[in-house]
Amino acid sequence: MPARAGAALRDAFLSALVALGLFGVLIGLKTESGPGSLVLVARPWAVVIAVGLVFAGRLALLAWRGWRPAGTPSPRRLVAVGGRIGRVLAPLLLAFALSLPFYAGRYWMDLGILVLTYVMLGWGLNIVVGLAGLLDLGYVAFYAVGAYSYALLAQTFGLGFWTCLPLAGLLAACWGVMLGFPVLRLRGDYLAIVTLAFGEIIRIVLLNWVSLTNGPNGISGIPRPTLFGLTFSMGGGPGTVSHFFGVEPDISQRVIFLYYVILGLALLTNWVSLRLRRLPLGRAWEALREDEIACRALGINVTTTKLTAFAIGACFGGFAGAFFATRQAFISPESFTFMESAMVLAIVVLGGLGSQLGVALAALIMIGGSELFRDFAEYRMLVFGGALVAMMILRPRGLVSGRTPSVSLGTAKQISPDLIAQGRG
Amino acid sequence: MAQTLQQIFFDLFGADAMIAFSPAYALQQLVNGLTLGMIYGLIAVGYTMVYGIIGMINFAHGDIFMVGAFLSLIALTGLSALGITSVPLALAITLLFAAGIAALYGWTVERIAYRPLRGSFRLAPLISAIGMSIVLQNFVQVSQGARVKPMAPMIDGNLPLFADGLFTAQISAMQVAIMLTTLLVLGVFTWLVTRTPLGRAMRACEQDLKMAGLLGIDTDATISLTFVIGAALAAVAGLMFLLYYGVIDFYIGFVAGVKAFTAAVLGGIGSLPGAVLGGLAIGLIETFWSAYFTVEYKDVAAFSILVVVLIFMPSGLLGHADVEKV
Repeated sequence: MPARAGAALRDAFLSALVALGLFGVLIGLKTESGPGSLVLVARPWAVVIAVGLVFAGRLALLAWRGWRPAGTPSPRRLVAVGGRIGRVLAPLLLAFALSLPFYAGRYWMDLGILVLTYVMLGWGLNIVVGLAGLLDLGYVAFYAVGAYSYALLAQTFGLGFWTCLPLAGLLAACWGVMLGFPVLRLRGDYLAIVTLAFGEIIRIVLLNWVSLTNGPNGISGIPRPTLFGLTFSMGGGPGTVSHFFGVEPDISQRVIFLYYVILGLALLTNWVSLRLRRLPLGRAWEALREDEIACRALGINVTTTKLTAFAIGACFGGFAGAFFATRQAFISPESFTFMESAMVLAIVVLGGLGSQLGVALAALIMIGGSELFRDFAEYRMLVFGGALVAMMILRPRGLVSGRTPSVSLGTAKQISPDLIAQGRG
Repeated sequence: MAQTLQQIFFDLFGADAMIAFSPAYALQQLVNGLTLGMIYGLIAVGYTMVYGIIGMINFAHGDIFMVGAFLSLIALTGLSALGITSVPLALAITLLFAAGIAALYGWTVERIAYRPLRGSFRLAPLISAIGMSIVLQNFVQVSQGARVKPMAPMIDGNLPLFADGLFTAQISAMQVAIMLTTLLVLGVFTWLVTRTPLGRAMRACEQDLKMAGLLGIDTDATISLTFVIGAALAAVAGLMFLLYYGVIDFYIGFVAGVKAFTAAVLGGIGSLPGAVLGGLAIGLIETFWSAYFTVEYKDVAAFSILVVVLIFMPSGLLGHADVEKV
């Protein structure tokens, strides 16, 4: 096939030409602060490498497209296979999570806590984005509300973690309703931008309301959680866990405890959202996601349905925030930027909107993966952004497409992307 | 009498407040606000054009603006290294250069991240756009460094406008240059949209994409060109931003993008004059808020306006009500 090879070469050459235009300046000439003013440093080899990568990548893509076997499995089949694997994978994953503290070291425990925090955030956001179909770009605001609620309640009134946890969730849910009430009439993409603005407003207020939040310096000395009133103090006196059980005090006891706390919270989130899907409310969410106008026509109260999704999603964000505060013992507005929202959204999207198992796997891959590639930290977000785009193009329904309606007439039907594709014209 | 009133005022509010309530101070804020508003307006046009034609929020547009600012910085630094000292010449070359390369960025973003998603589900293009925005931001961070980039001011000189004894309002040569350039660019753009076949194709696509396609308009090419033009305008805004503030970093696109989007919504999304009008309004509100209230909360003010406008006036100042059809 010389003609096709020639066409592919020409296509790749044109791509490389575009890449040269794109990268030639921004990669090829770097501005460095020199004596007095900026100076330019030329990096021709970096440009050559970048352009070469684009050329090779484009050629490889065309080759793959050209020689791909004709009988690719249909999306519907893939979904069915995903469902079957899920039935085996989910218990395995749960067993792995439960048994991790028995053989993992400190580093892996910390990583596990981090991953589980994101799993919980992902499951919380999944209620809003995956089930109800409301794109929330300001989810981190509720995370922040939860974290600051616990920190301030603990520091001002001396309340413990377990008292504050429900309060933090409740306060976050209140904020969810407060945000939701005025904006829920908006169409999907407007709603996304407004939630983004809301998240930024919360962050700016936290940053500037110094008398309450201590501004950019943050709040430190946040109390650690207790086990039925027993603390995890290193001192080992009466009233500590080590004294009560008669073991040597060790830092790993607290880490393991924190790990099980977040595992429990995450599983609670999962359980609640799975149960909610079986209630009329959850079914209304899923119906709303598929077609809002049809929902209105069927007499579903769209406002309350959306509001409950927002409130419950926010509530779990608040729980996660309170946990984050107690785990770090220090919080500052820096931890609650838009990038955090984007990260959680990326987890939900990569996992497949609405799929519980997919979200857990995506959190494991993204957070765990980025920890493993710590040396390439500055390329991390670059890869995330690229993954979001690639995901939307290749598999818009995520790694594990779980858009099975929870209820249906007769046999349960899998909904595949080609059935629900809806354009504007 | 006037003297005593001023005295009472002075006793009540102190010297700073006296200046703040002087007319010259207000005039100064008006000048500053209009300059800033022109920059926002230029970015907002890109949002509104894309939304008008394919109904998506091009979340990466703010980052194209940021790329434009960086391209301008590189071009200006390079030109001064080459020994071109004439400021108008350097600015003209930079403007064309930055607009050209940024247009290529706009085209590429559309080609890679948005075109494959036509006809996909509702939120797919927006999520893809968020991904593209993250990519652009981090690409510039990796390639140009995370530090803020300062640039020496290029145009000096001030023109006093009005003095009332307490404060002297003045317009800087830089502000004049920014306003004139913006008006010139917007003039060319208006001519392009209203008087050329390309503009007619764009307006047809905005009214009804499918019908325009049936009537023989290459809709894909028109959409591409919309992105190209929007990106070029954003790059001009980037150059203006660089000249006005003299310092940029890879993160400026996010906040400026959200504000420009607010401007587009305020003006009525889909309406080109509305975008410029909304930009001016946002610029003025932000400047007056910073001058008379707290500068820390100026972004809160701008974001709150977005929320308020969307709730009470979703079609904006010059937009038309949008009925969702099945």
